[in-house]
Amino acid sequence: MKALINLFTYLIFPGFLFSACIGLIAGWVDRKVTARIHWRVGPPWYQNFVDIVKLLGKETIVPAGAKMTFLLAPYLGLLSLTLVAAALGSNILSPLEGFVGDLIVVLYLLVVPAVALIIGAASSRNPLASVGLSREMKLVLGYELPFILSVITVIIKSGITIQIGEIINHQINFGSNIASISGTLAFLVSIFCMQAKLGFVPFDASEAEQEIMGGVLIEYSGLPLAIFKVTKAILLYTMPLFLIILFMGKDLSPLFIIAKFVLLLVIIVLIKNTSPRVRIDQALRWFWGPMSFLASAAVILALLGK
Amino acid sequence: MNVKLKALTKSIWVFHAACSPCNNCDIEILDLLTPRFDIERLGMVLVGSVRHADALLVTGVPNYKTKERLKILYEQAPKPCVVIAIGNCSCGRVMFRDSYNSPCTVDEVIPVDVYIPGCPPKPEAMIAGVAKLINKLKGK
Repeated sequence: MKALINLFTYLIFPGFLFSACIGLIAGWVDRKVTARIHWRVGPPWYQNFVDIVKLLGKETIVPAGAKMTFLLAPYLGLLSLTLVAAALGSNILSPLEGFVGDLIVVLYLLVVPAVALIIGAASSRNPLASVGLSREMKLVLGYELPFILSVITVIIKSGITIQIGEIINHQINFGSNIASISGTLAFLVSIFCMQAKLGFVPFDASEAEQEIMGGVLIEYSGLPLAIFKVTKAILLYTMPLFLIILFMGKDLSPLFIIAKFVLLLVIIVLIKNTSPRVRIDQALRWFWGPMSFLASAAVILALLGK
Repeated sequence: MNVKLKALTKSIWVFHAACSPCNNCDIEILDLLTPRFDIERLGMVLVGSVRHADALLVTGVPNYKTKERLKILYEQAPKPCVVIAIGNCSCGRVMFRDSYNSPCTVDEVIPVDVYIPGCPPKPEAMIAGVAKLINKLKGK
Protein backbone atom coordinates (compact mmCIF):
# COMPACT_ATOMS: atom_id res chain seq x y z
CA MET A 1 0.00 0.00 0.00
CA LYS A 2 2.83 2.37 0.96
CA ALA A 3 4.58 1.55 -2.31
CA LEU A 4 1.41 2.29 -4.27
CA ILE A 5 1.03 5.66 -2.57
CA ASN A 6 4.66 6.48 -3.33
CA LEU A 7 4.16 5.48 -6.95
CA PHE A 8 1.10 7.71 -7.12
CA THR A 9 3.10 10.56 -5.59
CA TYR A 10 5.90 10.09 -8.10
CA LEU A 11 3.86 9.56 -11.25
CA ILE A 12 0.66 11.50 -10.78
CA PHE A 13 -0.09 14.06 -8.13
CA PRO A 14 2.78 16.23 -7.09
CA GLY A 15 5.02 14.24 -9.42
CA PHE A 16 5.19 13.77 -13.17
CA LEU A 17 1.70 14.35 -14.58
CA PHE A 18 0.75 17.28 -12.37
CA SER A 19 4.06 19.11 -12.65
CA ALA A 20 4.29 18.54 -16.40
CA CYS A 21 0.80 19.98 -16.93
CA ILE A 22 1.50 23.02 -14.72
CA GLY A 23 4.90 23.48 -16.38
CA LEU A 24 3.48 23.32 -19.92
CA ILE A 25 0.79 25.85 -19.01
CA ALA A 26 3.46 28.08 -17.41
CA GLY A 27 5.40 27.74 -20.67
CA TRP A 28 2.31 28.91 -22.52
CA VAL A 29 2.01 31.92 -20.18
CA ASP A 30 5.62 32.73 -21.06
CA ARG A 31 4.96 32.49 -24.82
CA LYS A 32 1.70 34.43 -24.60
CA VAL A 33 3.14 37.27 -22.49
CA THR A 34 6.17 37.44 -24.81
CA ALA A 35 3.79 37.69 -27.77
CA ARG A 36 1.75 40.44 -26.10
CA ILE A 37 4.95 42.38 -25.36
CA HIS A 38 5.80 42.11 -29.08
CA TRP A 39 2.25 43.32 -29.85
CA ARG A 40 1.40 39.92 -31.35
CA VAL A 41 -1.54 37.60 -30.63
CA GLY A 42 0.37 34.57 -29.47
CA PRO A 43 -0.46 30.84 -29.45
CA PRO A 44 -3.61 29.27 -27.91
CA TRP A 45 -3.37 27.81 -24.39
CA TYR A 46 -3.02 24.20 -25.52
CA GLN A 47 -0.10 24.97 -27.86
CA ASN A 48 2.63 23.34 -25.75
CA PHE A 49 0.59 20.16 -25.30
CA VAL A 50 0.05 19.97 -29.07
CA ASP A 51 3.79 20.46 -29.61
CA ILE A 52 4.59 17.53 -27.32
CA VAL A 53 1.99 15.24 -28.97
CA LYS A 54 3.32 16.17 -32.39
CA LEU A 55 6.91 15.44 -31.38
CA LEU A 56 5.82 12.02 -30.07
CA GLY A 57 4.50 11.23 -33.55
CA LYS A 58 7.66 12.23 -35.38
CA GLU A 59 10.51 10.04 -36.50
CA THR A 60 13.43 9.71 -34.07
CA ILE A 61 16.74 10.09 -35.86
CA VAL A 62 19.94 8.86 -34.25
CA PRO A 63 22.95 10.47 -35.92
CA ALA A 64 25.62 8.15 -37.31
CA GLY A 65 28.16 7.13 -34.69
CA ALA A 66 26.13 8.37 -31.71
CA LYS A 67 26.56 6.45 -28.46
CA MET A 68 23.84 4.72 -26.39
CA THR A 69 23.77 7.73 -24.08
CA PHE A 70 22.22 9.82 -26.86
CA LEU A 71 18.86 8.16 -26.23
CA LEU A 72 19.32 7.50 -22.50
CA ALA A 73 20.29 11.04 -21.46
CA PRO A 74 16.77 12.57 -21.81
CA TYR A 75 15.32 9.95 -19.45
CA LEU A 76 18.05 10.65 -16.88
CA GLY A 77 17.10 14.32 -16.74
CA LEU A 78 13.35 13.69 -16.68
CA LEU A 79 13.42 10.97 -13.98
CA SER A 80 15.56 12.96 -11.56
CA LEU A 81 13.63 16.18 -12.08
CA THR A 82 10.34 14.36 -11.51
CA LEU A 83 11.77 13.17 -8.19
CA VAL A 84 12.47 16.79 -7.22
CA ALA A 85 8.93 17.83 -8.17
CA ALA A 86 7.46 14.95 -6.15
CA ALA A 87 9.68 15.69 -3.12
CA LEU A 88 8.87 19.41 -3.09
CA GLY A 89 5.15 18.78 -3.62
CA SER A 90 4.84 16.24 -0.83
CA ASN A 91 6.87 18.48 1.49
CA ILE A 92 4.33 21.25 0.97
CA LEU A 93 1.44 18.84 1.56
CA SER A 94 2.92 17.42 4.79
CA PRO A 95 6.08 19.26 5.97
CA LEU A 96 6.87 16.76 8.75
CA GLU A 97 7.21 13.68 6.58
CA GLY A 98 10.55 14.53 4.99
CA PHE A 99 13.91 13.10 5.99
CA VAL A 100 17.07 14.84 7.19
CA GLY A 101 19.13 15.98 4.22
CA ASP A 102 16.41 16.10 1.57
CA LEU A 103 17.47 19.68 0.78
CA ILE A 104 20.89 18.35 -0.28
CA VAL A 105 19.22 15.65 -2.38
CA VAL A 106 17.04 18.24 -4.11
CA LEU A 107 20.08 20.46 -4.79
CA TYR A 108 21.92 17.52 -6.34
CA LEU A 109 18.97 16.38 -8.44
CA LEU A 110 18.38 19.90 -9.76
CA VAL A 111 21.79 19.78 -11.46
CA VAL A 112 21.05 16.47 -13.18
CA PRO A 113 18.92 17.90 -16.06
CA ALA A 114 21.85 20.11 -17.08
CA VAL A 115 24.19 17.12 -16.81
CA ALA A 116 21.79 15.05 -18.92
CA LEU A 117 21.78 17.79 -21.55
CA ILE A 118 25.58 17.80 -21.52
CA ILE A 119 25.79 13.99 -21.84
CA GLY A 120 23.22 13.90 -24.64
CA ALA A 121 24.89 16.68 -26.61
CA ALA A 122 28.34 15.14 -26.13
CA SER A 123 27.21 11.80 -27.57
CA SER A 124 25.57 13.34 -30.66
CA ARG A 125 28.92 14.06 -32.38
CA ASN A 126 27.78 17.41 -33.70
CA PRO A 127 30.28 20.30 -33.61
CA LEU A 128 27.58 22.89 -32.86
CA ALA A 129 26.25 20.67 -30.06
CA SER A 130 29.74 20.51 -28.58
CA VAL A 131 29.96 24.31 -28.63
CA GLY A 132 26.60 24.41 -26.86
CA LEU A 133 27.58 21.81 -24.30
CA SER A 134 30.82 23.55 -23.41
CA ARG A 135 28.80 26.71 -22.78
CA GLU A 136 26.26 24.78 -20.71
CA MET A 137 29.08 23.29 -18.64
CA LYS A 138 30.58 26.71 -17.93
CA LEU A 139 27.16 28.07 -17.08
CA VAL A 140 26.57 25.26 -14.57
CA LEU A 141 29.95 26.00 -12.99
CA GLY A 142 28.97 29.66 -12.90
CA TYR A 143 25.54 29.58 -11.31
CA GLU A 144 25.98 26.70 -8.90
CA LEU A 145 28.32 28.65 -6.58
CA PRO A 146 26.03 31.65 -5.86
CA PHE A 147 22.95 29.40 -5.83
CA ILE A 148 24.39 27.11 -3.18
CA LEU A 149 25.61 30.13 -1.20
CA SER A 150 22.10 31.55 -1.17
CA VAL A 151 20.70 28.18 -0.09
CA ILE A 152 23.27 28.18 2.72
CA THR A 153 21.89 31.57 3.75
CA VAL A 154 18.46 29.99 4.05
CA ILE A 155 19.92 27.08 6.03
CA ILE A 156 21.52 29.48 8.51
CA LYS A 157 18.37 31.60 8.74
CA SER A 158 16.29 28.51 9.55
CA GLY A 159 18.52 27.51 12.46
CA ILE A 160 21.01 25.20 10.68
CA THR A 161 18.69 22.56 9.29
CA ILE A 162 19.00 20.66 6.04
CA GLN A 163 15.44 19.39 5.96
CA ILE A 164 12.92 21.13 3.69
CA GLY A 165 10.03 20.45 6.06
CA GLU A 166 11.84 22.15 8.96
CA ILE A 167 12.69 25.14 6.79
CA ILE A 168 8.97 25.50 6.00
CA ASN A 169 8.06 25.07 9.69
CA HIS A 170 10.62 27.66 10.76
CA GLN A 171 9.15 30.15 8.29
CA ILE A 172 5.59 29.40 9.43
CA ASN A 173 6.65 30.15 13.00
CA PHE A 174 9.08 33.05 12.53
CA GLY A 175 8.07 34.65 9.22
CA SER A 176 9.38 34.32 5.66
CA ASN A 177 13.11 34.34 5.00
CA ILE A 178 12.69 37.08 2.42
CA ALA A 179 11.62 39.55 5.12
CA SER A 180 15.21 40.25 6.18
CA ILE A 181 18.26 41.85 4.59
CA SER A 182 20.18 38.61 4.08
CA GLY A 183 17.06 36.83 2.81
CA THR A 184 16.34 39.56 0.26
CA LEU A 185 19.93 39.50 -1.00
CA ALA A 186 19.93 35.71 -1.33
CA PHE A 187 16.54 35.85 -3.07
CA LEU A 188 17.83 38.35 -5.63
CA VAL A 189 20.84 36.15 -6.34
CA SER A 190 18.75 33.01 -6.69
CA ILE A 191 16.39 34.69 -9.17
CA PHE A 192 19.33 35.16 -11.53
CA CYS A 193 20.48 31.60 -10.86
CA MET A 194 16.95 30.39 -11.65
CA GLN A 195 17.04 32.26 -14.96
CA ALA A 196 20.32 30.54 -15.84
CA LYS A 197 19.08 27.12 -14.71
CA LEU A 198 16.00 27.49 -16.91
CA GLY A 199 18.24 28.45 -19.83
CA PHE A 200 16.30 31.64 -20.56
CA VAL A 201 17.59 34.92 -21.96
CA PRO A 202 20.01 36.49 -20.92
CA PHE A 203 21.66 33.16 -20.09
CA ASP A 204 20.57 31.06 -23.09
CA ALA A 205 23.97 30.97 -24.79
CA SER A 206 23.98 27.16 -24.76
CA GLU A 207 20.81 26.94 -26.85
CA ALA A 208 21.16 30.13 -28.87
CA GLU A 209 18.79 29.46 -31.79
CA GLN A 210 20.05 32.28 -33.97
CA GLU A 211 23.69 31.58 -33.33
CA ILE A 212 24.34 27.83 -32.96
CA MET A 213 20.91 26.57 -34.10
CA GLY A 214 19.60 25.04 -30.91
CA GLY A 215 23.09 24.15 -29.62
CA VAL A 216 22.78 21.18 -27.29
CA LEU A 217 19.42 20.11 -28.78
CA ILE A 218 20.50 20.37 -32.41
CA GLU A 219 20.55 16.63 -33.21
CA TYR A 220 17.46 15.67 -31.23
CA SER A 221 14.17 14.89 -32.94
CA GLY A 222 10.92 13.14 -32.09
CA LEU A 223 10.57 11.41 -28.72
CA PRO A 224 13.90 12.49 -27.07
CA LEU A 225 13.25 16.11 -28.04
CA ALA A 226 9.76 15.86 -26.54
CA ILE A 227 11.28 14.51 -23.32
CA PHE A 228 13.71 17.42 -23.18
CA LYS A 229 10.83 19.85 -23.74
CA VAL A 230 8.83 18.22 -20.91
CA THR A 231 11.91 18.34 -18.66
CA LYS A 232 12.21 22.03 -19.35
CA ALA A 233 8.52 22.52 -18.59
CA ILE A 234 8.84 20.67 -15.26
CA LEU A 235 11.88 22.81 -14.45
CA LEU A 236 9.76 25.90 -15.08
CA TYR A 237 7.38 24.56 -12.40
CA THR A 238 10.01 23.22 -9.98
CA MET A 239 12.44 26.12 -9.75
CA PRO A 240 9.89 28.83 -8.77
CA LEU A 241 8.33 26.34 -6.32
CA PHE A 242 11.74 25.69 -4.77
CA LEU A 243 12.35 29.42 -4.33
CA ILE A 244 8.88 29.83 -2.80
CA ILE A 245 9.68 27.09 -0.27
CA LEU A 246 13.10 28.55 0.54
CA PHE A 247 12.21 32.22 0.76
CA MET A 248 8.46 32.75 0.93
CA GLY A 249 7.27 29.80 2.99
CA LYS A 250 5.20 31.77 5.50
CA ASP A 251 1.80 30.98 4.03
CA LEU A 252 1.61 27.91 1.80
CA SER A 253 -2.14 27.65 1.25
CA PRO A 254 -3.02 26.88 -2.41
CA LEU A 255 -4.17 30.39 -3.29
CA PHE A 256 -1.01 31.99 -1.92
CA ILE A 257 1.22 29.45 -3.65
CA ILE A 258 -0.46 30.22 -6.97
CA ALA A 259 -0.10 33.98 -6.39
CA LYS A 260 3.60 33.65 -5.51
CA PHE A 261 4.19 31.29 -8.45
CA VAL A 262 2.61 33.75 -10.87
CA LEU A 263 4.68 36.56 -9.36
CA LEU A 264 7.92 34.62 -9.94
CA LEU A 265 6.78 33.67 -13.44
CA VAL A 266 6.17 37.33 -14.26
CA ILE A 267 9.66 38.19 -13.00
CA ILE A 268 11.16 35.43 -15.19
CA VAL A 269 9.25 36.54 -18.29
CA LEU A 270 10.10 40.21 -17.73
CA ILE A 271 13.81 39.46 -17.38
CA LYS A 272 13.59 37.25 -20.46
CA ASN A 273 11.98 39.93 -22.59
CA THR A 274 13.96 42.96 -21.53
CA SER A 275 17.54 41.75 -21.77
CA PRO A 276 19.84 40.66 -24.59
CA ARG A 277 21.80 37.41 -24.61
CA VAL A 278 25.12 37.71 -22.81
CA ARG A 279 28.28 35.98 -23.96
CA ILE A 280 29.35 33.00 -21.88
CA ASP A 281 32.38 34.83 -20.44
CA GLN A 282 30.14 37.72 -19.42
CA ALA A 283 27.75 35.27 -17.75
CA LEU A 284 30.60 33.61 -15.86
CA ARG A 285 31.99 36.96 -14.75
CA TRP A 286 28.51 38.02 -13.64
CA PHE A 287 27.97 34.89 -11.54
CA TRP A 288 31.44 34.57 -10.05
CA GLY A 289 31.75 38.33 -9.51
CA PRO A 290 28.76 40.39 -8.31
CA MET A 291 26.41 37.46 -7.68
CA SER A 292 28.86 35.43 -5.58
CA PHE A 293 29.82 38.60 -3.72
CA LEU A 294 26.16 39.36 -2.90
CA ALA A 295 25.54 35.76 -1.88
CA SER A 296 28.61 35.74 0.41
CA ALA A 297 27.44 39.02 1.91
CA ALA A 298 24.06 37.37 2.52
CA VAL A 299 25.73 34.42 4.27
CA ILE A 300 27.76 36.75 6.52
CA LEU A 301 24.68 38.87 7.33
CA ALA A 302 22.73 35.72 8.13
CA LEU A 303 25.53 34.59 10.48
CA LEU A 304 25.31 38.01 12.19
CA GLY A 305 21.58 37.45 12.59
CA LYS A 306 20.30 40.14 10.22
CA MET B 1 -8.33 11.67 -38.63
CA ASN B 2 -5.69 10.46 -36.20
CA VAL B 3 -4.25 12.41 -33.29
CA LYS B 4 -0.72 12.57 -34.72
CA LEU B 5 -1.84 14.27 -37.91
CA LYS B 6 -4.12 16.66 -36.05
CA ALA B 7 -1.25 17.66 -33.75
CA LEU B 8 1.03 18.12 -36.76
CA THR B 9 -1.37 20.51 -38.46
CA LYS B 10 -1.67 22.58 -35.29
CA SER B 11 2.05 22.91 -34.65
CA ILE B 12 4.13 23.18 -37.81
CA TRP B 13 7.74 24.07 -37.05
CA VAL B 14 9.27 25.52 -40.16
CA PHE B 15 12.89 25.45 -41.27
CA HIS B 16 14.11 28.02 -43.73
CA ALA B 17 16.09 26.34 -46.50
CA ALA B 18 17.43 29.10 -48.71
CA CYS B 19 18.85 27.66 -51.93
CA SER B 20 20.58 30.58 -53.56
CA PRO B 21 17.63 33.00 -53.55
CA CYS B 22 17.78 36.75 -54.13
CA ASN B 23 16.67 37.23 -50.47
CA ASN B 24 13.38 38.87 -51.40
CA CYS B 25 11.33 35.80 -50.51
CA ASP B 26 13.36 35.39 -47.29
CA ILE B 27 12.43 38.89 -46.20
CA GLU B 28 8.78 38.14 -46.90
CA ILE B 29 9.07 34.93 -44.84
CA LEU B 30 10.47 36.94 -41.95
CA ASP B 31 7.46 39.26 -42.32
CA LEU B 32 5.30 36.31 -41.32
CA LEU B 33 6.85 36.38 -37.85
CA THR B 34 6.20 40.08 -37.29
CA PRO B 35 3.21 41.41 -35.30
CA ARG B 36 1.15 42.12 -38.41
CA PHE B 37 0.90 38.48 -39.53
CA ASP B 38 2.14 36.55 -36.44
CA ILE B 39 2.08 32.90 -37.51
CA GLU B 40 2.79 31.80 -33.94
CA ARG B 41 -0.95 32.09 -33.28
CA LEU B 42 -1.29 29.15 -35.70
CA GLY B 43 1.39 27.26 -33.77
CA MET B 44 4.11 27.82 -36.35
CA VAL B 45 7.62 28.55 -35.11
CA LEU B 46 10.83 29.14 -37.03
CA VAL B 47 13.39 26.61 -35.77
CA GLY B 48 17.15 26.65 -36.15
CA SER B 49 17.87 22.96 -36.60
CA VAL B 50 16.48 20.83 -39.44
CA ARG B 51 16.04 17.94 -36.97
CA HIS B 52 13.21 19.88 -35.30
CA ALA B 53 11.51 20.82 -38.58
CA ASP B 54 8.09 19.75 -39.85
CA ALA B 55 8.19 21.88 -42.97
CA LEU B 56 11.00 23.08 -45.21
CA LEU B 57 10.49 26.51 -46.74
CA VAL B 58 12.53 26.40 -49.93
CA THR B 59 13.35 29.63 -51.74
CA GLY B 60 15.41 30.24 -54.86
CA VAL B 61 16.71 28.22 -57.80
CA PRO B 62 19.03 25.34 -56.88
CA ASN B 63 22.45 25.53 -58.45
CA TYR B 64 25.01 22.74 -58.68
CA LYS B 65 26.11 23.21 -55.06
CA THR B 66 22.79 23.86 -53.29
CA LYS B 67 21.15 21.00 -55.22
CA GLU B 68 23.20 18.48 -53.27
CA ARG B 69 22.78 20.39 -49.99
CA LEU B 70 19.00 20.51 -50.43
CA LYS B 71 18.83 16.77 -50.93
CA ILE B 72 20.91 16.13 -47.79
CA LEU B 73 18.78 18.60 -45.84
CA TYR B 74 15.58 16.81 -46.82
CA GLU B 75 17.06 13.46 -45.81
CA GLN B 76 18.11 14.90 -42.44
CA ALA B 77 14.60 16.11 -41.59
CA PRO B 78 12.53 13.70 -39.47
CA LYS B 79 9.47 12.41 -41.30
CA PRO B 80 6.61 13.30 -41.68
CA CYS B 81 8.06 16.44 -43.24
CA VAL B 82 6.45 18.61 -45.89
CA VAL B 83 8.15 20.89 -48.41
CA ILE B 84 6.80 24.31 -49.32
CA ALA B 85 8.28 25.97 -52.41
CA ILE B 86 8.10 29.74 -52.03
CA GLY B 87 8.47 32.15 -54.92
CA ASN B 88 8.50 31.82 -58.70
CA CYS B 89 12.12 30.66 -58.70
CA SER B 90 11.51 27.57 -56.62
CA CYS B 91 8.14 26.78 -58.23
CA GLY B 92 9.58 26.77 -61.74
CA ARG B 93 12.82 28.34 -62.83
CA VAL B 94 11.30 31.28 -64.72
CA MET B 95 14.04 33.38 -66.30
CA PHE B 96 16.87 31.19 -64.99
CA ARG B 97 15.61 28.21 -67.02
CA ASP B 98 18.34 28.43 -69.66
CA SER B 99 21.00 29.66 -67.29
CA TYR B 100 24.35 27.81 -67.30
CA ASN B 101 24.35 27.28 -63.52
CA SER B 102 20.78 26.14 -63.04
CA PRO B 103 20.62 22.35 -63.43
CA CYS B 104 17.10 21.60 -62.18
CA THR B 105 14.03 22.85 -60.34
CA VAL B 106 13.35 22.20 -56.66
CA ASP B 107 10.74 19.51 -57.35
CA GLU B 108 13.24 17.52 -59.38
CA VAL B 109 15.40 17.22 -56.26
CA ILE B 110 12.86 16.71 -53.47
CA PRO B 111 9.06 16.15 -53.47
CA VAL B 112 7.23 19.49 -53.08
CA ASP B 113 3.82 19.58 -51.39
CA VAL B 114 2.76 23.19 -51.91
CA TYR B 115 3.79 25.77 -54.51
CA ILE B 116 3.39 29.44 -53.59
CA PRO B 117 4.15 31.55 -56.67
CA GLY B 118 4.95 35.26 -56.61
CA CYS B 119 8.03 37.39 -56.93
CA PRO B 120 8.06 37.62 -53.96
CA PRO B 121 4.73 36.17 -52.75
CA LYS B 122 2.87 38.30 -50.22
CA PRO B 123 2.69 37.02 -46.64
CA GLU B 124 -1.08 36.61 -47.11
CA ALA B 125 -0.39 34.31 -50.06
CA MET B 126 1.95 32.23 -47.91
CA ILE B 127 -0.63 31.90 -45.14
CA ALA B 128 -3.21 30.87 -47.77
CA GLY B 129 -0.75 28.31 -49.09
CA VAL B 130 -0.21 26.87 -45.61
CA ALA B 131 -3.99 26.69 -45.10
CA LYS B 132 -4.21 24.67 -48.33
CA LEU B 133 -1.40 22.46 -47.08
CA ILE B 134 -3.26 21.79 -43.81
CA ASN B 135 -6.39 20.87 -45.76
CA LYS B 136 -4.31 18.56 -47.94
CA LEU B 137 -2.82 16.87 -44.87
CA LYS B 138 -6.31 16.42 -43.45
CA GLY B 139 -7.26 14.72 -46.71
CA LYS B 140 -9.92 17.19 -47.78
